[in-house]
Amino acid sequence: MYSFDYERPSGVNEAASAIGEDDKFLAGGQTLIPTLKLRLAQPGKLVDLSGISELKGISVNGSELSVGAMTRHVDVADSADVKSAIPALAQLASHIGDAQVRNRGTIGGSISNNDPAADYPAALVGLGATVHTNKRSISAEDFFVDLFETALEDGELVTKVTFPIPEKAGYAKFPNPASRFALTGVFVAKTASGVRVAVTGAGPCVFRQTDMEAALSSNFSPDAVSGIKTEASGLNADIHASADYRANLITVMAARAVKAAS
Amino acid sequence: MTTVSMTVNGKKVSADVAPNTLLVQFIRDNLRLTGTHVGCDTSQCGACTVHVNGDSVKSCTMLAAQAEGADVTTIEGLAKNGELHPMQAAFKENHGLQCGFCTPGMIMSAVDLVKRNPNPSEETIRTELEGNICRCTGYHNIVKSVKAAAENMGG
Ligand SMILES: Cc1cc2nc3c(=O)[nH]c(=O)nc-3n(C[C@H](O)[C@H](O)[C@H](O)COP(=O)(O)OP(=O)(O)OC[C@H]3O[C@@H](n4cnc5c(N)ncnc54)[C@H](O)[C@@H]3O)c2cc1C
Ligand code: FES
Ligand code: FES
Repeated sequence: MYSFDYERPSGVNEAASAIGEDDKFLAGGQTLIPTLKLRLAQPGKLVDLSGISELKGISVNGSELSVGAMTRHVDVADSADVKSAIPALAQLASHIGDAQVRNRGTIGGSISNNDPAADYPAALVGLGATVHTNKRSISAEDFFVDLFETALEDGELVTKVTFPIPEKAGYAKFPNPASRFALTGVFVAKTASGVRVAVTGAGPCVFRQTDMEAALSSNFSPDAVSGIKTEASGLNADIHASADYRANLITVMAARAVKAAS
Repeated sequence: MTTVSMTVNGKKVSADVAPNTLLVQFIRDNLRLTGTHVGCDTSQCGACTVHVNGDSVKSCTMLAAQAEGADVTTIEGLAKNGELHPMQAAFKENHGLQCGFCTPGMIMSAVDLVKRNPNPSEETIRTELEGNICRCTGYHNIVKSVKAAAENMGG
């Protein structure tokens, strides 16, 4: 690792003023530390967010579930509030990486990193969530911009994510057998504003599958999507799977997600 | 340099370290507790697993500074008064190890697993140990060991 300075502020405003142009926020470190170990980044300073208690925690307010940026995957997976409000979200969190990763990794770190194969982006876009920062609120669809790119400006800090509670939702992923990241994952939700289908792992960035949304709007059943294909051009191709294979996985995972929806 | 202080295996420890010191380096190089192993540089093998405030974590994917004030347990902290922890005894009894390189991490993960699932099924054991890789055993005897230990631990 290159050398860097380290700071652990206790409030959001202090964190925002501690961060400089070459610095990075440190959340669970489950992406950032491996990156630093491989010398793929050289920040001047790490601003550790773990001392900021207002960034942690889960609450339900009426029709909305709120999850603080520093809430760990294990806390979302085990939360009674999440299990009763949006069981698919708890189930998604319980399948991120492995137990050790879930004991450290956070929702804020996961979405800020926007790995194309990460699980949370599918839930945020699928549920029509809102990302709150120290400066503004951003809809999930505007937040995830492109491969490893988000709408966050330099030094902008995610504080929490709010999810409208859906009628029902489901998530299914085909995990990469080595890392458990999504080779392809599909999140399906039946919400007050219609049916939403979000796909992660298959393309450079999470996206909505609108043909499936239309089909599920009139018939919310696995059969409604099992004949719907996704164009393979533009999808990811690597040693794990071709673009055609991922296109096929979208259909298979979507049907499983609808079947699992509760 | 930053000063880090924590409790490791019940003992208070403190040292001045560079901010980029990993927890595993602090444990192995500063404290000379070499039971915690490093098997990869990509955060995937789990050989470095320790408990931080009771949760299993990969000590190669955490800075020593992030463990400031924490209660850390390594494999050396499991045996009590010269007597093996039931998980260690079960690995010995059931041939849960061959070369032994993965074993400290495997045992630390398994102890956390049984804490959260006192009566784990074979399937639960296999999925909960996804973060620990073994090149030798083929896992069968590891699963057997964890099951036996869970029974001995009163699950
Ligand atoms: C072996 C392994 C397997 C994994 N498998 C999966 C998987 O199956 N699915 C999956 O989705 N993920 C997986 N991950 C990634 C894991 O979920 C990480 O926890 C997550 O990607 C990053 O979260 P973190 O809290 O660790 O963030 P960090 O690594 O600390 O930070 C990541 C990035 O986000 C920035 N950041 C962090 N918090 C904020 C904030 N609040 N505001 C603004 N910027 C911020 C940091 O500066 C950094 O650039 C895996 C990781 C490992 C090591
Ligand atoms: S040494 Fe391999 S995960 Fe830590
Ligand atoms: S016993 Fe050799 S790696 Fe597991």
